Amino acid sequence: MTSSTLIKSFERAKKDNRAALLTYTVGGDPDKKTSLNIFKSIAESGADIIECGLGHGANIGDGGAIQDSTYRALSGGTKTDDIFEIIEDFKKDYETDVIIMTYQNKIVAYGEEDFLEKCVSSKVSGIICVDWPWPLNLDFAKKCKENSIVFIQLLCPTTNEDRLKNILNDAHEVVYYISMLSTTGQKLKVSSDEIKKRFNLIKKISPDKKCIIGFGITADTINDFKDTDACVVGSALCREITRSIDEELNPATNVGNMVSDLKQKLSS
Amino acid sequence: MKLEKGIPLIDQHDENGYWGGKFGGNQIAESLNYPIEELTREFEKLRNDETFIAERDYYFKNFVGAPTPFIKLENLTKHLGGAQIYCKLVSKATGGAHKAYNAVVHSLICKRLGKTYIGGDTGAGYAGKMLSMAAAKFNLKCKIFMGAKDVERQSINVFSMRSYGAEVVPVNSGSQTLVDAVSECMRWWTSENEEAHMCVGSTVGPTIFVKICAWSTAQISREMKKQVIDEFGEVPKDMKLINCVGGGSSAAGFWNEWIDHDNIELIGVEAGGPEGSSKHAAPLTNDSPIGVLHGATQYVIQDDQGEIEETESISAGLDYPGVSPLHCFLKETGRARYTSASDEEAIEAFQLVSKNEGFVSPSLEPSHAFAEAIKIAPKLSKDTIIVVDSCGDSAKDSKIIAERLGYKI
Repeated sequence: MTSSTLIKSFERAKKDNRAALLTYTVGGDPDKKTSLNIFKSIAESGADIIECGLGHGANIGDGGAIQDSTYRALSGGTKTDDIFEIIEDFKKDYETDVIIMTYQNKIVAYGEEDFLEKCVSSKVSGIICVDWPWPLNLDFAKKCKENSIVFIQLLCPTTNEDRLKNILNDAHEVVYYISMLSTTGQKLKVSSDEIKKRFNLIKKISPDKKCIIGFGITADTINDFKDTDACVVGSALCREITRSIDEELNPATNVGNMVSDLKQKLSS
Repeated sequence: MKLEKGIPLIDQHDENGYWGGKFGGNQIAESLNYPIEELTREFEKLRNDETFIAERDYYFKNFVGAPTPFIKLENLTKHLGGAQIYCKLVSKATGGAHKAYNAVVHSLICKRLGKTYIGGDTGAGYAGKMLSMAAAKFNLKCKIFMGAKDVERQSINVFSMRSYGAEVVPVNSGSQTLVDAVSECMRWWTSENEEAHMCVGSTVGPTIFVKICAWSTAQISREMKKQVIDEFGEVPKDMKLINCVGGGSSAAGFWNEWIDHDNIELIGVEAGGPEGSSKHAAPLTNDSPIGVLHGATQYVIQDDQGEIEETESISAGLDYPGVSPLHCFLKETGRARYTSASDEEAIEAFQLVSKNEGFVSPSLEPSHAFAEAIKIAPKLSKDTIIVVDSCGDSAKDSKIIAERLGYKI
């Protein structure tokens, strides 16, 4: 039962008096083998949950750093099946939960049922689909639930209170709060306090749901979110992969180092 | 899937924004939900607001130059034999194309929303050019996203945009054409939607953008209906309306008032690309799979991974891998017929029309529509009226056409 392991990841972090650390990197960036090594290195460096991007070229939510990663993965020939293989291989040796973050057309093109079947067989714990908003996603979310996969609903600063309540009412165990109006990886344009205010509102409405905070969080601000449920760092890691490739260094080692640093900052 | 009579095409979607329960929708990031709801509310209010309509009509008439001419192409008719060929010369609209209607309406809406910044995408450059023109007029700061490849091949329009004070942002991702420009523009709006308004340049994107664009270009058929009755005394029994289809904004406007007239045939012509090439921009003609692109479900040229495939057309304005949900709906209901013309056929049509008519010299986009007219007219009787929407002027394409024909300019 994958969804229950996902919740345990949050609970383990809570016992350590910190938020869970989620990382985002694009699956298959820069190639299948390196991508798997990056995941292993991330897991060994203490990330609680791995978000694996199943990139889409015509995406409408990725900032520059993630677009570069997506471009590398796609132009290197990464297919959806390759992502499942990377995750399956990873899960043979590691218990760290893996969530797929993607765009709707990737799921539609693969076929919803087939996609979910593969998620189950490769032990994916959850799915985030950027351009499949509530309530249009409810049928698919239901299918996810039937397969014990958490469909993670998205919330943002301009989700009004009625909509917030409705989404939370339909949401599975975990939701994702987009901390600011932007694509990924832009400079944080709202204060950590403002973000936490919204986080607290979400928790007030749904105390039992785990809420991931994402967008714009870096090593400089991550400690501000220590007492929340979870936070994601993505673009900084993707940039580190780009830098490592450009400088002919080992991306897995460098990303791992960065994750250790983030984990330490989140724990201190 | 069925069309309803007496209800505007743009309103025949369900509560989730799907035409025929299947095409369109708002498959967007949560961050765009609020601005799209806000825009939807504002547009529904404004389209019933007499002051707003009067304002729109004032600018359409005095600035865009409505009505554009409806003329008979006598020489072409004689040359081809068969059906009588008419032309709705939309290229006479200020700026040289139908995109002016959408640009004016979006700029007016932007002001009503209390915003002072507008951004938009462009392929051939017309949408961007008209939006910059309108933005200058209405004192709006303007940003245009354009594929780097299009910036290169449509340099004349880029020059115009910059002259009107717009910032032109070349988009270097992917195929560097319209599809990437629209993605980048939507990303920009995701960040800037509190202060800025977005104008989608065609009848694509989330449902509200499809509606606003088609509502704006509907001016073409509204004025043409009067012109047709003036010319023939009544609506001809056998009439065919031919329009090129890329995103589909021109055809949606050209056909809007005629949807309920079952005897009028609607023919959409997509870009078939170079002869013998497997690349094209004709998702309707070639039965491309259904997918989600730029927030809407539609026929879209894609591979088995759901990745958008590169299209190829001599005409930048038709070089789009998806197509308006309105056209998907019209195809599926059988109301419109879609076909394609190759690059070569479009060039030949441009030459034949220009040589015969002089005053009418279509850009590469409507040259695709003329290619179809040229193909079918000789087989039809003189009682058949063919009307082609010449929705762009060849001036912007002179470099491409001259090169193709071996001239140096």
